[in-house]
Amino acid sequence: MRFALLQLRDRGAAEDAVQEALLAAIQGAERFAGQSSLRTWLIGILKHKIVDSIRKTAREQPGVSSPEGDGVEDLEAFFADDGHFAEPPGEWASPERALEERRFFEALERCLQSLPRNTASAFTMRELMGLETDEICKELGISTSNCWVMLYRARMSLRACLERTWFLAGPAGAG
Amino acid sequence: MAIRLSCKEASRLISQGMDRRLSFPERIALRLHVGICDACTRFTRQVEFLRRALKAFPGPDDPDGR
Repeated sequence: MRFALLQLRDRGAAEDAVQEALLAAIQGAERFAGQSSLRTWLIGILKHKIVDSIRKTAREQPGVSSPEGDGVEDLEAFFADDGHFAEPPGEWASPERALEERRFFEALERCLQSLPRNTASAFTMRELMGLETDEICKELGISTSNCWVMLYRARMSLRACLERTWFLAGPAGAG
Repeated sequence: MAIRLSCKEASRLISQGMDRRLSFPERIALRLHVGICDACTRFTRQVEFLRRALKAFPGPDDPDGR
């Protein structure tokens, strides 16, 4: 449920997606061959339902994505006038170990929530669901270059956010 | 495209390289830059890590069953 809420940012839509995923899972139970864990399988179904829901919202509110997609002014803040990083990325200690920590994913979730809505949608469609950029542009009704800018913005922001709230704070400091 | 990239241009190409196939000149320029730039080397590693982290989302099973 938290998973769906994170991406849809709307409790009603998230509940619908979870419900539809569970129904689909019950109907398709014989297709679950046990090659993955039950949890992984359910999350896979849920991801599809979430994409459906994002599609529906994009269709019902065309053009909602334009205000935040075009400008790159906010991205300028990451760099000095000469094009160098204003704050160069730091060295991250044992990032792979973070993947085993539940609290790391909570920090990641908070960082995702701080992104503008459509930026977060584009990014989760790309990275959580593995959609190609042209599919995402189509779903959100934006141009391809706009899509790349949004994904770039998401990566820049998330990288900085995780560095600040997790890697520099240190696993010990985070809790 | 200029052959010498700034970190600003390089980081943008690094990100786009995860979403589309970069052109040959773009790949050359990027390699020349990243080869001598620690900040962009770390940036590359970190955005690749982000991709792995999102694949692993929502993370390990919660022992509390929350």
